[in-house]
Amino acid sequence: MRVIEPWVAEPLHRFLSESSARLALLMTASGQVVAQHGFTRALDVMTASALGAAIVASTEELARQMGAGPFRALSHQGRAQGLFLSAFTVPRARWIVLVVYDSDSSLGLVQLFFDQLVRELQAAAPEGEAPRDVLAADFESDLNASLRSLFGR
Amino acid sequence: MTAGIGAALEPITRVRGVRGAMIVSAAEGIVVAESVMEGVDAQAVAALAAGLAARLRRATDAAGRGAPVFIHLEAEAGAIVAVPAERDLLVVAVTQADVNIGLVRLELRRAADRLA
Repeated sequence: MRVIEPWVAEPLHRFLSESSARLALLMTASGQVVAQHGFTRALDVMTASALGAAIVASTEELARQMGAGPFRALSHQGRAQGLFLSAFTVPRARWIVLVVYDSDSSLGLVQLFFDQLVRELQAAAPEGEAPRDVLAADFESDLNASLRSLFGR
Repeated sequence: MTAGIGAALEPITRVRGVRGAMIVSAAEGIVVAESVMEGVDAQAVAALAAGLAARLRRATDAAGRGAPVFIHLEAEAGAIVAVPAERDLLVVAVTQADVNIGLVRLELRRAADRLA
């Protein structure tokens, strides 16, 4: 597990341990990576974070167009693996979690411990200023900096 | 369909000492139908019981004993009992300690048969 924000480590470690998830990616609503577990290549993290943020943005807009409240979570059950994607609010920002699980876990377990993860992150989040908005021009360099921190290169 | 599935739980919840019963999707660990008393977190029980059943299945497979047909987890203040059903379902009951476990087992088995 690699984290950019140190206070995320303990709740995320507990979530991974309890849910037996295979991969986890914690990112901001704009797709900047906050923490990852299980990914071995920076390119995979970059792709997953971009797609995860785009899916959440699309489904939130779809919900808005339908006049429904925001979707709580999106899950996809494949033959051997499942995917769980959900956005949530921590005191300073809106974050997204993307979880991939296999037969060692289940959607129910991921959902159950995801709720606990959100509560723990909300409690652990440091007080302070809201993070600055990400400008399109800064996005790539910010993302690359995050990936360097996560993968140490 | 859902009402029919839910009706299968009634005989289980009528047994004295049963605090809740539910039908769970075994692969996904989510509640399909439930009838539980206050204080029983159906979603949590479903997720954890399905996870437990999957691991026990691996244990009995590894021992060459086939799939479990009845799971009984006894705790200080009661028990969780479960019977696998067809269509990848699991019928689960949460009981007090002083329950007639034989009767619960019988009703779980009947409910599982109804779901077939």
